[in-house]
Amino acid sequence: MAVLTEEECRTLLKKALSYSKANECEVSISGSDGGNLRYARNTVSTSGSISQTSMVISSAYGKKLGIVTTNEYSDTAIEKAVRQSEELAGFAPENPEFVSFLGPQTYAPPSKAFDQATADITPKFRTDKVSETLQVAKNNKLIAAGYLQNSAGFSAMMNSHGLFAYNTSTDASFSITLRSEDGTGSGYSTKDFNEVSKLDTLAFTKIAAQKATASKGAKAIEPGKYTVILEPAAGIVLLEQLYGGLDARSADEGRSFLSKPGGKTKLGEKLVDERINIYSDPSNPELPTASWTGDGRPQEKTSWIEKGVLKNLQYSRYWAQKQGVKAVPSPDGVIMDGTNATLEELIKGTEKGILVTRLWYIRPVDPQTLLYTGLTRDGTFYIENGQIKFPIKNMRFNESPVIMLNNLDALGKPERAVSGESFSSAMIPPMRIRDFTFTSLSDAV
Amino acid sequence: MKRKDFLYLTGMGFGATMLSRIPVFGSPVQHNGILNGADTTLKKKMADVALNAARSKGATYTDVRIGRYLNQYVITRENKVENLVDTESFGMGIRVIANGCWGFAATDKLDDDSIAKAAAMAVAIAKENSRIQAEPVQLVPQKGYGEVSWKTPIEKNGFEVPMKEKTDLLLSVNDAAMKGGANYVNSIIFLVNEQKYFASTEGSYIDQDIHRIWPTFAITKIDDKTGNFETRQSLSAPRGMGYEYLEPRESDKLHGVTTRYRDRYDMLEDAKAGAPQVAEKIKAKSVEAGKYDLVLDPSHLWLTIHESVGHPSELDRVLGYEANFAGTSFLTLDKWKSGKFNFGSKNVNIVADKTQPGSLGAVGYDDEGVEAKKWDIIKDGILVNYQAIRDQAHIIGLKESQGCCYADSWSDVQFQRMPNVSLQPGKDPLSVDDMIKNVEKGIYIIGDSSFSIDQQRYNFQFSGQLYYEIKNGKIVGMLNDVAYQSNTQEFWNSCAAVCDKRDYRLGGSFFDGKGQPEQVSAVSHGSATSLFKGVNVINTKRKI
Repeated sequence: MAVLTEEECRTLLKKALSYSKANECEVSISGSDGGNLRYARNTVSTSGSISQTSMVISSAYGKKLGIVTTNEYSDTAIEKAVRQSEELAGFAPENPEFVSFLGPQTYAPPSKAFDQATADITPKFRTDKVSETLQVAKNNKLIAAGYLQNSAGFSAMMNSHGLFAYNTSTDASFSITLRSEDGTGSGYSTKDFNEVSKLDTLAFTKIAAQKATASKGAKAIEPGKYTVILEPAAGIVLLEQLYGGLDARSADEGRSFLSKPGGKTKLGEKLVDERINIYSDPSNPELPTASWTGDGRPQEKTSWIEKGVLKNLQYSRYWAQKQGVKAVPSPDGVIMDGTNATLEELIKGTEKGILVTRLWYIRPVDPQTLLYTGLTRDGTFYIENGQIKFPIKNMRFNESPVIMLNNLDALGKPERAVSGESFSSAMIPPMRIRDFTFTSLSDAV
Repeated sequence: MKRKDFLYLTGMGFGATMLSRIPVFGSPVQHNGILNGADTTLKKKMADVALNAARSKGATYTDVRIGRYLNQYVITRENKVENLVDTESFGMGIRVIANGCWGFAATDKLDDDSIAKAAAMAVAIAKENSRIQAEPVQLVPQKGYGEVSWKTPIEKNGFEVPMKEKTDLLLSVNDAAMKGGANYVNSIIFLVNEQKYFASTEGSYIDQDIHRIWPTFAITKIDDKTGNFETRQSLSAPRGMGYEYLEPRESDKLHGVTTRYRDRYDMLEDAKAGAPQVAEKIKAKSVEAGKYDLVLDPSHLWLTIHESVGHPSELDRVLGYEANFAGTSFLTLDKWKSGKFNFGSKNVNIVADKTQPGSLGAVGYDDEGVEAKKWDIIKDGILVNYQAIRDQAHIIGLKESQGCCYADSWSDVQFQRMPNVSLQPGKDPLSVDDMIKNVEKGIYIIGDSSFSIDQQRYNFQFSGQLYYEIKNGKIVGMLNDVAYQSNTQEFWNSCAAVCDKRDYRLGGSFFDGKGQPEQVSAVSHGSATSLFKGVNVINTKRKI
């Protein structure tokens, strides 16, 4: 089954609801068609094509909920699945945190998250793109490993209270690591877009090639506190721990970096440097996302941190109801403001510092301070008097994004970046940070 | 399900960041008939459609996996059952070699026409990609087994245990924790059943029924005055077992500073112990950074083995296949060829084992139809072998695959994944108490927590659940804010002693991540409590 149209979804979901005998019923359907090509050692390794759909049927009697899925769409199969969800609801215990399904909602017009040219990508297209990449590797005597993937998907939901939502999206992403033949240099680049026309794989390959060659012969420097410039692909993996951790319930319960003694939270307080503004906007043309969430809530433009002050927390519908506040959903389509400065200008303005291409293996150390550990990787350079002087060996850091954003020195121009940890995208500026804490050296290249 | 999605779904991540686009309830399942699996006659017929279609399009090798993957989550917090979730995923993955190149396609439409189309797509992809293939794929020979089957030897199927029994257990665990002074407690039972059918042009038709279980909890305590909070997680291990793992047995308990568990887990007892421990942890002395001798319990050491021994000895990493994501390895082929690479001290003997009963990696056959086996990786401290699959075996001169191929669903292509990789117990009698008696300045670490290692597996940092300070051969109290950092080779060469087999236990993970698109794999790591001399410990306390 390819990507279903809005009308096809509406017909299918209506049919499912017509079988319902429960107090409330909600049905959703989603699916995707996609393909990928993975390569390493300057040759293809694995690749594939995946097509799948799933229908989820939720039936509720009072606070008792039953949920089933099916991927068969005959009348008989759908009716059977509805009956089964009702039967399951009968077995389920009362869930005091169950909240009735939403009624009809008003959503913003769909953003341009779907691109037909991306949906039409063929295996030949992927092979041709990777072939160009491999040629760059060979020309520069480098060894390439990378991944090119594309997908087109749809999702829709409808419930017995009259809610209906529909969305389509496409995605094309590329990442590449180029290593020198002697294994002493490594460079990386990654990008992700809704429109494949923006995915200039050749240009990104050349960036990785330049870093791989320039990172050969890295010198060791003493671990300690350094000024760092985090490129967007490096910064996003720490920032997403912050804007992804704005959960109201854990803050209210006292078990979050946003909690204060006595059941209070830091909502409304200055959390980081006043130059920091972080918001989410599903309609941003550079990062278009769905205008509704998985439980049917509208996804609206929301400010999370404004001039360094914590402006909003995200709530489950249950927790918002209990606290008597608006049920603000978690951020999607996150944008961090910056300036017009380029990465090169940030480097020029640096007396002494370290340029970081990528951060890797990010894991929480202490949730109380949002302390994380991880390492630099695939292109780490020492800057002196505004110039990149020499490559340096990788280092482990122990740092909190809250401390990091309090030690802000300068911001550059935001660009769409994709996290190498969560694979989520956001608009992130390059950042210059003072006193970033490195705790040990690594021999890894 | 990925690790972060599991943390999100179960609320086990607490203050940690949970970015997730998955629906919170996953894809729940139909109950009727799913436990019986599809008829093998029907699966063989579907597999033959794919094998024949691929051959007719020009494939020289084809394998087919028809999978029904079932998960059940019983999720509670305090006095509430939060979610009962059953998920199912059913479909077929077809892998081919055409023009000497791999191709793969997956579909959840299992009529003959859709299967034939998917097979044709896999062949088309292989032919297209052969344009950029440096060398044709070489498969080491593998005999066909005909029609065979294998089942995890469980005593009690967790999916068949009445739901009330599972929710009652978790609610009693939560009640014990709350009565013990906890502010919050989350607990979960996570069940997995992989019903997998494999067929290949080598002549194998393999039906497998694989079970796993993971009961776990996290107890949280908050100090009202300071606002400081701490958690203590369960000392259980995910296992390749049935519900019998949750039926306590005295002979499987190791008593000491806290009780630890071998092949049966007493969840209620562990929760009762955990509540006062988390209160003690909040008030514990903050560690002074410096060099310490570390006494590492198997509930902690499994993760250090996983990251610093399991991953660097994966042959695909050594060769560079993971260079763009999980990384490469410092255990390069020249080190193995020398026969002298001193990975660790003479106390370090590491075995790979896909047959170990009760382990997460135990199967009859891997996902390319190779029978499970056991072999040495580190022998008396020396690197002697890797972990390989059929298209890599010739590179290290093997005449057969080591059976390490796995895919986490029908929709993803199979590739080299870690078998159970375990530190062998010491041959001389040595108890934990006797080990501690000989430590002057040390820390005894129980349970796993934070973990991070570089992309070539040199530099790592680990934390635990419980830290006990050892002074002059005695445990003198609890510590907090502990993490140790080391270099893999240096660390394993500092291994001064390993307790004997009486202390041997399995730890493990449901969520070992690797590959693009990323796949997870479940794997166990056994060890006995071990002593490491002079390891660098840092203090992790910060202020915001």
